[in-house]
Amino acid sequence: MTRLNVNPTRMELKKLKARLATAARGHKLLKDKSDEMVRQFTGLVKRNMKLRAEVERELSFTLRDFSVARSVTPVYRAEAAFSLPVSSVTAECETGCIMGVDIPKITVKGKAGKGLPYAYPEMTSEADAAVGKAGELLPKLIELAEVEKTVRLLAAEIERNKRRVNALEYVMIPQLEETIAYIKGKLDENERAAIIRLMKIK
Amino acid sequence: MTGRCAIVGDGDSIMVFKAAGVDSFSAADGKSARDTLRKVAREYSVIFLTEELARELGDFLKRFDETPYPVVLVIPSKNGSTGFGTEEIRRASERALGVDLFSND
Repeated sequence: MTRLNVNPTRMELKKLKARLATAARGHKLLKDKSDEMVRQFTGLVKRNMKLRAEVERELSFTLRDFSVARSVTPVYRAEAAFSLPVSSVTAECETGCIMGVDIPKITVKGKAGKGLPYAYPEMTSEADAAVGKAGELLPKLIELAEVEKTVRLLAAEIERNKRRVNALEYVMIPQLEETIAYIKGKLDENERAAIIRLMKIK
Repeated sequence: MTGRCAIVGDGDSIMVFKAAGVDSFSAADGKSARDTLRKVAREYSVIFLTEELARELGDFLKRFDETPYPVVLVIPSKNGSTGFGTEEIRRASERALGVDLFSND
């Protein structure tokens, strides 16, 4: 490891010692932060996987049902039926915080109206059922979106944090230690040289 | 803050969500999906994207990983799930932890 380019003086030694203390403390704090983030992350990832499997299964069924239902209706009629606007779903979007990472917190607020946007004779009843199911699935989808985003944000933060910890552990701290040892050696040497000089003069 | 939900996908898969109260934007291929997403990301907080399109966009989606909003969620389309979403999560966990948590099960 390369040592820092400083003058071997007592002033520098004092400064470097303070820096080393700060670096060691920072390293410990960051490592603790990393541990906690990993702990939270593993929990979240597991929850995410479970939720995703559930949502994907249900969603695939719903979409398959719907495309079967749609296939028995002529395209132009289906498009006309679905072209009317519906009251859109709104969600309360806030930001939370896990270990200093901003994460989304979403709660579904405005539920879409129960009614269908088209008249019953326009589409088959299977389509009605599929639309109903999609509406029910929506809160779950939004929950999954929230958890998944949190996982992604946390993953990025863990990676960044790991880099900081490693930089401190393998670069900064060894460098400071080596420089301090070098300055100490230099100062001791100067002291010995001074004593010898005095002895020779006497 | 109140946000709205949008879905970007091919025609059939998004129609059902339109009826359920999600604003839908159709995109036929990766390129048009990219343009649509760029526009939609400014106005909507939660965006659902179908797997086929997400697969083509790849790196473009990474830019949404830095800020809490908008939230982009990859969902299966009418052709069923291809496991893209799960794959992405595994990759994220591998990046963060250095090990794949789900390799055994």
